[in-house]
Amino acid sequence: MEIVLAAAIGVLTTSGVWLVLRPRTFQVIVGLTLLSYAVTLCIFATGGLRIGAEPVLREKAGELVNYADPLPQALVLTAIVISFATTALLLVVILAARGLTGVDHVDGKDRD
Amino acid sequence: MTRAELLLLLLLAIPFAASAAAALLKPHARNVAAALAIGAMASGLALTASLSGEITAAEPVRFTADWAPSLGLEFTLRASGFSWVFLMLICGVGLLVSVYARYYMSPADPVPRFYSLLLAFAGSMIGLVLSGNVILLVVFWEMTSLLSFLLIGYWHGGAAAREGARTALIVTSGGGFCLLMGLLLLARIAGSHDLDVILGQGQAIRESELYVPAVALILLGAFTKSAQFPFHFWLPQAMAAPTPVSAYLHSATMVKAGVFLLVTLWPVLSGTEVWFWTVTVAGLTTLVLGAFLAIFQNDLKGVLAYSTISHLGLITFLLGLDSPLACVAAIFHIVNHAVFKASLVMAAGAIDHEVGTRDIRKLGRLVRFMPVTTVLATVAAAAMAGVPLLNGFLSKEMFFEETLAARRGLPIDLLPTVVAVIASAFSVVYSLRFVGGVFFGNEPADLPKTPREPPVWMVAPIGLLALACLLVGVLPTLTVGPGLRRAAQSVLGERTPEYTLALWHGLTPALAMSMTAMTAGIVIYLVFRRRLLNSGGLQLGLLSGKVLFEHGLHFIAETAPDWIERRFPGGKLQPQLVFVLAAGLVAAAVAVRGPALRLEPDALSTVDPAFAGLWVIGAACAIGAATAAKFQRLAALILVGGAGLISCISFVWLSAPDLATTQLLVEVVTTILILLGLRWLPPRVRMPEVFSLPTRLRRIRDGALAAAAGAGMAVFSYAVMTHPVDGSISQFFLERAYAEGGGRNVVNVILVDFRAFDTFGEITVLAIVALTVFALLRRFRPSLESVEPPSQRRGQQAAEAMNREGARAHAFMEYLRVPGLIIQLMVPVILLFALHLFLRGHDLPGGGFSAGLTASVALILLYMAGGVRWVEARVTVLPVRWIASGLILALATGAGSFVFGYPFLTSYFTYADFGALGRTPLPTALLFDLGVFAVVVGATTLILVSLAHQSLRRPRARKPAAADGGAA
Repeated sequence: MEIVLAAAIGVLTTSGVWLVLRPRTFQVIVGLTLLSYAVTLCIFATGGLRIGAEPVLREKAGELVNYADPLPQALVLTAIVISFATTALLLVVILAARGLTGVDHVDGKDRD
Repeated sequence: MTRAELLLLLLLAIPFAASAAAALLKPHARNVAAALAIGAMASGLALTASLSGEITAAEPVRFTADWAPSLGLEFTLRASGFSWVFLMLICGVGLLVSVYARYYMSPADPVPRFYSLLLAFAGSMIGLVLSGNVILLVVFWEMTSLLSFLLIGYWHGGAAAREGARTALIVTSGGGFCLLMGLLLLARIAGSHDLDVILGQGQAIRESELYVPAVALILLGAFTKSAQFPFHFWLPQAMAAPTPVSAYLHSATMVKAGVFLLVTLWPVLSGTEVWFWTVTVAGLTTLVLGAFLAIFQNDLKGVLAYSTISHLGLITFLLGLDSPLACVAAIFHIVNHAVFKASLVMAAGAIDHEVGTRDIRKLGRLVRFMPVTTVLATVAAAAMAGVPLLNGFLSKEMFFEETLAARRGLPIDLLPTVVAVIASAFSVVYSLRFVGGVFFGNEPADLPKTPREPPVWMVAPIGLLALACLLVGVLPTLTVGPGLRRAAQSVLGERTPEYTLALWHGLTPALAMSMTAMTAGIVIYLVFRRRLLNSGGLQLGLLSGKVLFEHGLHFIAETAPDWIERRFPGGKLQPQLVFVLAAGLVAAAVAVRGPALRLEPDALSTVDPAFAGLWVIGAACAIGAATAAKFQRLAALILVGGAGLISCISFVWLSAPDLATTQLLVEVVTTILILLGLRWLPPRVRMPEVFSLPTRLRRIRDGALAAAAGAGMAVFSYAVMTHPVDGSISQFFLERAYAEGGGRNVVNVILVDFRAFDTFGEITVLAIVALTVFALLRRFRPSLESVEPPSQRRGQQAAEAMNREGARAHAFMEYLRVPGLIIQLMVPVILLFALHLFLRGHDLPGGGFSAGLTASVALILLYMAGGVRWVEARVTVLPVRWIASGLILALATGAGSFVFGYPFLTSYFTYADFGALGRTPLPTALLFDLGVFAVVVGATTLILVSLAHQSLRRPRARKPAAADGGAA
């Protein structure tokens, strides 16, 4: 299972980095979204993968080893919200740049 | 609390309280502000006077309270005999300056602001001299730097004031930083931050190997503050301040802070070769340089500024000598200089006020117009020159004696004596020039105003200080004697020397030096008087500290960044990103090389084919998005959404339902957001692409980088996943989530309870982002080609033009009719679901974040179905209020724990019995979560609505409303 998720993170990162290096603003914002998926999955994976582990404490707590690791989840939850905020901000900056410069090149001017 | 402790606290608190009160006054309430300042300074003076009875020569009065106990920091105030002298100066001169400023400042200026800053400065200065803890001392030290910046720049309309303030701030706060490091080293050697402990460890400090760096850093702090060469240049520039500020800061207080520190630390730091050579050389250079440059100044305040530099050099030189008597002389001269210099600066200000210029070349024979001022300023200037019968003479005598006594058996032993005489002669010259050029001499040529005597309350402070010069000069033992002795004893302890303060010591070598200097000064003045009057001032060119400083600043702020920008491709995002990525890859490769990266076999050995299949789709989506993003934006967006959905499913699969919920909702909102933005991007039509060679190379490089980054992330996350986790702190959260946090959903309890402070920061970020988006879009104007209505709408409008009634019925009226109805019906359901998510958050997957996102999705659906106008005619949405009330609620919940004596954001819970519904824990964290909910609702709605509003901008930008019958 780990190998699948690792490969998935790899593919997401590759696509994301490729897009972030492209010249068009829309490509960059899509790339950033893909990169943020890769990063959230990676942070999430630091706790180790658990299938069928209890995410929520039951009345009789039982063995704590049966529960999913809550810490990476809490971190990822924060990461998701922050990446949402950055995407929103980037989008608006892109729109403002487009309004000001008239093009959607990341440098504000078409090179060719 | 003892009486002395109360006095100390009041002394410190009153100026700050008065400053806050003055800051709240209306800009023209100058009488009230002046009354506040005079009252505060007078009560400070009274408190200092009554504190006198509590202070003995040996033991300082102390007040101690906890500051940061976990760091071993205490808030300690201490008043020794020496700080008492300074308190008298701060409050006494402060009182006179406050009176003077009331008449000096123009009613057109915002005078309460002036008094507020002045009072805060006085408070910081009092704090500085009362600090019993070196960290506290640095805090007040930096406060004086900051407030002097604001005071110097008070008339911020003028470039000179702004530049002077900036230079002063950069120099003195840079020195303050050095001082902090030096004092920390000192505290490390002594093992305590307490000043009294440090003062008791002189031997250990001088023998420590950290002594030299500590002394170097402390001296940097003191020299910058006290304007010692080569940091003297900020002081003349600071004369752009209003004159009362100059009179206060640059004679009695601010610049004296440096020598205050040197005197205070003198017993522990002095006596070594390093100290002797650094301090005496700096002092002597400053002494003679300042005096020499003062001669050539044509601005009255410039003369006084350089004279101040010179006198501070004199004090510094005395402190460099390893002689207790020199230290006494230094303390005495600190007092004397403050008195005559404050009086002279105020006199210069009075002249400026009444005549309209401070240029010595234009002034002359003012004795005819302002005889009283003439007498007073002459007395003070004579004190400055060291004329007998005045206070400056006494301390100068002591100084001359010390230069003679400072013999070390070196060939240059006579040098200090010679330099002292030369500098004194110079001081006689500039004093004569001040008096002779302004009050006597030539008839003034075309003065801006007809001179007259200044108002009595401007003259009185000058007069009182001049009187003090005279009284101290004639009756030293009756006036400053006891205070000076106690100050000397508090600094020197058992090393306090025997000395007599007297006008006449007999025919001593010092007297001979005095007379030589006096005669030489008079001769130089008489010979060069005319030439000085016609000179355009001394042009130092590159040698001037000011010019060098400006060059340095220009280099740091302009030349160097320009150079870097030319060397590296600035203004181009892609090369920068390539650089950052490549550097990151190299750093990561270096960090994990060798045994650091262990790859273990899979812990969950069997690969579930369904999961693998899921990610085949996910990978296809990601790669598809990467290729489609250039020409098929909508497809790319859908594909990204696909990859996001697969992530959500993975979260569910891997026991993280909370993440899946949030990710799904964020996915929805992000997609709507980008859809709203897509419209404003320029159209891009697929064309057969022919890549040139450089482009092809660039794409290969980018591809290689991307592949390397992907492979790296894959290997890294594989290694992390298969690496066994031991000793994680997760156990802590699992064990205590229910017992101490009152919630079964551990993730949510971590967010709103254990790590609530992080969450608080996070919602603040979200709020800031939303406001930034709002602000950016407020002035947004779409580019021209996006302004045309979309082709669909143009079709509708054409149809409408042909058959108005029919088109309406079929097009706009029916626009999204069925989905709109469904959405309207569903909104209450969605809101109920949001409430459900919120309430169950503590025990089951959900919580404030997901509930907030859900609620904002409901609102956005309404916007989509009904259009902006339709919604806003029916629902009042105030996103900014939501954000504000959410933040306030979260903050108030957090601060609520203070009431019960617990740290910020400590949560509390109790069980509530709902009868048949069962018992449920009700934690205060639920309130915090409610704040999170409100911020998320407000922020998300604000972002989406600001974007949605752009469609309204379009018609308004070209023609007045009414055209947009469309969606509404």
